[in-house]
Amino acid sequence: MATQAVEVPKTRQSLRERLDLGNGLTPYFLVLPTIILILAVAAYPILNSIWLSFLDNPLSPVAHFIGLSNYAHLFADSTFRGSIGVTFLFTIISVTLETLFGLGIALLINGNFPGRGLVRASILVPWAFPTVISANIWLLMYNDRTGIVSYILQQLHILAPGATLLETNGGIIAATIITDVWKTTPFMALLLLAGLQVIPNEMYEAASVDGSTRWQQFWMITLPMLWGPLVIALLFRTLASLGVFDLFYVLAGSQVQTMASYSYNYMFTRSTFDFASGVSASIVLFVIGLIISLLFTQLMRVTQR
Amino acid sequence: MAVKEQVYPGAQARARTAEPGKGIEWRKVGRYAAVVFVVFVSLAPLYWTFATSVKSGVELNVSPPTLVPHSFSLENYATDLGLSTFTRDLLNSAIIAAITTILALIVGVLCAYAIARMKFRGVAIVLGITLSVQMIPLIAMVGPLFVFFTGPLPIYNTYAALIIPDLVITLPITVWFMTSFFRDLPPDLEEAARVDGASRLRALWDIIVPLTAPGVFASAILSFIAVWNDFLFGLTLTTDEHAQPVTVGVTRFAGEHTIPWGEIAAAAVIVTIPLVIVVLFLQKRIVAGLTAGAVKG
Repeated sequence: MATQAVEVPKTRQSLRERLDLGNGLTPYFLVLPTIILILAVAAYPILNSIWLSFLDNPLSPVAHFIGLSNYAHLFADSTFRGSIGVTFLFTIISVTLETLFGLGIALLINGNFPGRGLVRASILVPWAFPTVISANIWLLMYNDRTGIVSYILQQLHILAPGATLLETNGGIIAATIITDVWKTTPFMALLLLAGLQVIPNEMYEAASVDGSTRWQQFWMITLPMLWGPLVIALLFRTLASLGVFDLFYVLAGSQVQTMASYSYNYMFTRSTFDFASGVSASIVLFVIGLIISLLFTQLMRVTQR
Repeated sequence: MAVKEQVYPGAQARARTAEPGKGIEWRKVGRYAAVVFVVFVSLAPLYWTFATSVKSGVELNVSPPTLVPHSFSLENYATDLGLSTFTRDLLNSAIIAAITTILALIVGVLCAYAIARMKFRGVAIVLGITLSVQMIPLIAMVGPLFVFFTGPLPIYNTYAALIIPDLVITLPITVWFMTSFFRDLPPDLEEAARVDGASRLRALWDIIVPLTAPGVFASAILSFIAVWNDFLFGLTLTTDEHAQPVTVGVTRFAGEHTIPWGEIAAAAVIVTIPLVIVVLFLQKRIVAGLTAGAVKG
């Protein structure tokens, strides 16, 4: 249609028309740059990473293929096994708390009240912060002498006078969880809020005509309708938490390591002979994330039926 | 909105059984108290950072800390901004974030348009690829990038060394957000333009681009924030202020003997103020962008 008015030779006309329909090659041309870039900047590094993890020293020009030796060493290292524990502990507790608080906040601000926009904006502020900056802000507040959080905990006799959360491993993990919950609960709340807002009001009206309580309405309507966004939000948060690095970098030093910080430390802060171990650790993290993603997609399939 | 309707019938039902009036008021008070608490928790750390940043010398080291600064001085800000490395880091972050955002937009918008508007084999695969990228932990990309950028492609410690991997973060955001944005636009407008003799790409340029400007803008902000906030790539692929982003620069602030809390706090304020302003002004758009993939997906 479009080309009828244009006077061009027959052959070109048909080609343009075909492109114009959007069923020909045009969509592929539009999609191709993105796909190429993603393959180049994401797929290539991850595949290359797997290859590097089979070498003895990827930084040396004469690196040797040593199969799974790096992985054998890795799992023999109690520090690495410890880092898996720390990563899972952090992920499970922080994602659970973020989901519960996020759901609570979403229900709280899913209404029309004066100042709603302002409230929504103010809970969004922590989300926009660079994680490293959030960690530094909280480090400031965890500081033993002048930190307000430490001071309050000391006054409540949760901490001894002059003590700080950052002295014990458990305290450090607690401190990172608090900071993470502060920073990412808004993300959860806003995802769930968007999910809440597409639930039709008629459902609640019908339910209240039937005399159901708010509690019943929550379990019978809100939660089932919110299931889709909730599972997606959970997946995103779980994957991000498993890869946690910035918070531990600032708050834990190298005293407590997650899998990502173990990987970083081996790659960049030790001798070049440890580089391959660091890469292998990151591949273990990748595989764990992959398995969890598959479990989640399976979960979504099952519940969608 | 749903809750307002929800509260009302619920309250009505209770009002029938119990004494009317009282219960409703308490519910409102409780809700407001909870809202105030949430806002307080969200903003208190920011207040603390700001308060610390304007304290000077002695007051910074007083224990217990003062809730309201007795002194008000901008010397910490002056110190930070007087550091040539800090201002250079800010500039680095801004340039890297801007270039990455623009690149992701140019490439990603075309991809999103094809996904949202055209029928072709493999749409699911394209979407799947862009989504699955987000499942790769960034730490697993860092090793090969380091090897590659220090060897075959010697761009270690340059802007390019960060722009390239940052595309992994921004492209999926752009593609997902813009796809859902295009899907929300009524296709009639485009068809009208095409009936008038415009080609599909012409229609994209003349009709769709102006209409999507707000979406493009929101997508750009999400990308910009994501790159601005990157730490791991900056930490591992740069060494000094030649290319290091400000997030990395701030962690390299630590003093020799004492930790310069005031300066760190001032730096935190400087780095986050632009983000806070953007968020406050554009919260609606940002929320729409954040939730685009999850709800409509």
